[in-house]
Amino acid sequence: MKLLKGRAVVVLRPNIDTDQIIPARFLRTTRREGLGVALFADRPEFLQGQTGSILVAGENFGCGSSREHAPWALLDHGFRAVISSSIADIFRSNAIKNGLVPVQIPDTSQLRGEVAIDLETCTVECEGRRQSFALDPFARHCLINEIDELGYLLAAEKEIAAFEARR
Amino acid sequence: MAQSRTLLDKIWDAHLVRPETEDAPAILYVDLHLVHEVTSPQAFTVLRERGLRVRHPERTVATMDHSTPTLPRVNGRFPFAHGDAETQVETLARNCREHGIELHELGSRNQGIVHVIGPELGLTKPGMTVVCGDSHTSTHGAFGALAFGIGTSEVAHVLATQCLLQRKPKTMRVSIEGALQPGVTAKDVILAVIAKLGVGGGTGSVIEYAGRTVSAMSIEERMTVCNMSIEAGARAGMVGSGAWQTDEGARFDREIAVDVSRLAPMITWGTDPGTAIPVDGNVPEDAPQKSATYMGVKPGAPLLGTKIDVVFVGSCTNGRLSDLRAAASVLRGRRIASGVRVLIVPGSQQVKRAAESEGLDKVFRDAGAEWREPGCSMCIAMNGDALAPGQAAVSTSNRNFEGRQGKGGRTFLASPLTAAAAAVAGAIADPREVLR
Ligand code: SF4
Repeated sequence: MKLLKGRAVVVLRPNIDTDQIIPARFLRTTRREGLGVALFADRPEFLQGQTGSILVAGENFGCGSSREHAPWALLDHGFRAVISSSIADIFRSNAIKNGLVPVQIPDTSQLRGEVAIDLETCTVECEGRRQSFALDPFARHCLINEIDELGYLLAAEKEIAAFEARR
Repeated sequence: MAQSRTLLDKIWDAHLVRPETEDAPAILYVDLHLVHEVTSPQAFTVLRERGLRVRHPERTVATMDHSTPTLPRVNGRFPFAHGDAETQVETLARNCREHGIELHELGSRNQGIVHVIGPELGLTKPGMTVVCGDSHTSTHGAFGALAFGIGTSEVAHVLATQCLLQRKPKTMRVSIEGALQPGVTAKDVILAVIAKLGVGGGTGSVIEYAGRTVSAMSIEERMTVCNMSIEAGARAGMVGSGAWQTDEGARFDREIAVDVSRLAPMITWGTDPGTAIPVDGNVPEDAPQKSATYMGVKPGAPLLGTKIDVVFVGSCTNGRLSDLRAAASVLRGRRIASGVRVLIVPGSQQVKRAAESEGLDKVFRDAGAEWREPGCSMCIAMNGDALAPGQAAVSTSNRNFEGRQGKGGRTFLASPLTAAAAAVAGAIADPREVLR
């Protein structure tokens, strides 16, 4: 995945926390699948009338808990990327591990309609206007090549064993 | 001469399996991995799918807390409010058996909230790296450890490799000075710090709490402070301990000073933990209308006297013995206002036994409160302990997001003293008045 195009779903509320993304009562599951129905379950007004695969949200998106159910629910609902002026740490990390692209740009106010995210150049384009965003090179590499971090860690077995032996 | 290093630098360096480069994050070794029923099942599924084993079961400890009932057994059975919660708990038990992981299961002697039992069992030690699929893992930083929350994919990484891929966070030092006034506690200090930093102010950073106020704090008070670091967006919070200290002259990416000598008991008025004000203060004039309406408060108006329906004393923030003692100091010999429901939930079985041996359970029951079994309970409202829509609660937990304690519920975050004072008054009240 290098290029992502889709319609923007604009919810410019700040501090959309993980309890709003997926309320805790939906966390009584042992599975990753099927959580799309729980997305914004107590916030029906967020998505009302809007469909698309790119969520444009207000600042400090994904703050709160470490629940990976948040990106699982967004992905299952059909989202492929989240754009915000700031994204909470654990949410961003969880998103990347599941192939949900976190895009942080200072000004999200112009984003509407069709949006294109280019992971190769790290730019977002909308209505002919292009903005670049910063993305950790490793995260970018993993997203583009769909690399699985567990496999990467397992490949470091010798180094891990050596570390354990020397401490 | 070796360069001066921060506490974070030291712990980080001591756990580097592979240093980070521009192209790749560091591989960081994890000393202690805590596991609970809600964020682990999918991680064990990953292991099963790939035919992997838990690399170090002896570095892994599990408990049941988030979705468990806090009412005693009925006819020998735990009264789960939801069948799917019971499935989660059974799944954790099976996973622990299969992989040889120590489990403090429901009803056992040392069961409790994961961040309460870790320190209690002596698992958390200075200089360690501690992780858990839970954002309030920052609590363990009170012991001079680097402790942070991880997602479920990362839970699988640690189970399988005892390692994580991490970029080194930025450092922030919050220096706290001044003696606390009577009625003012560690909870009030951290609520004030979050109000100052803002809910995103710590993003990307690990906060080290320093200064004389922090040195004077007990370990339980430090845990309360470190616990809520995540509410400022920080990855972790920590306090130096024993040999694990920041060197003189070490540089932080950001430094903040807070004077708490005139701090009042704090309480949040809004729907994020950054909205604390003095309990006798007024809701800010410029309070966002949406949050104010949700909470049923008026911009510019005082909070004192605001009617409440529920008081919750518990959670990994304020569910330890010292917190229960504080609540009992207010409730002893008093009655809870009529129509108010008060739930007192000890953080662990050990806390429960200790409280009972001091007779605190009797103090609470005599006042009209419910004395429950340990667990997260109404902090996250997954187990049936929840606010009804529209109900207002003063809660000693850590999050006041909309619906956090039950759909449509309204949460005012405060200390155990302030919560107990509200229980007696049936409304938001100043604990200093009661204690006087
Ligand atoms: S008490 Fe609340 S914050 Fe602490 S671990 Fe449980 S749910 Fe999380």
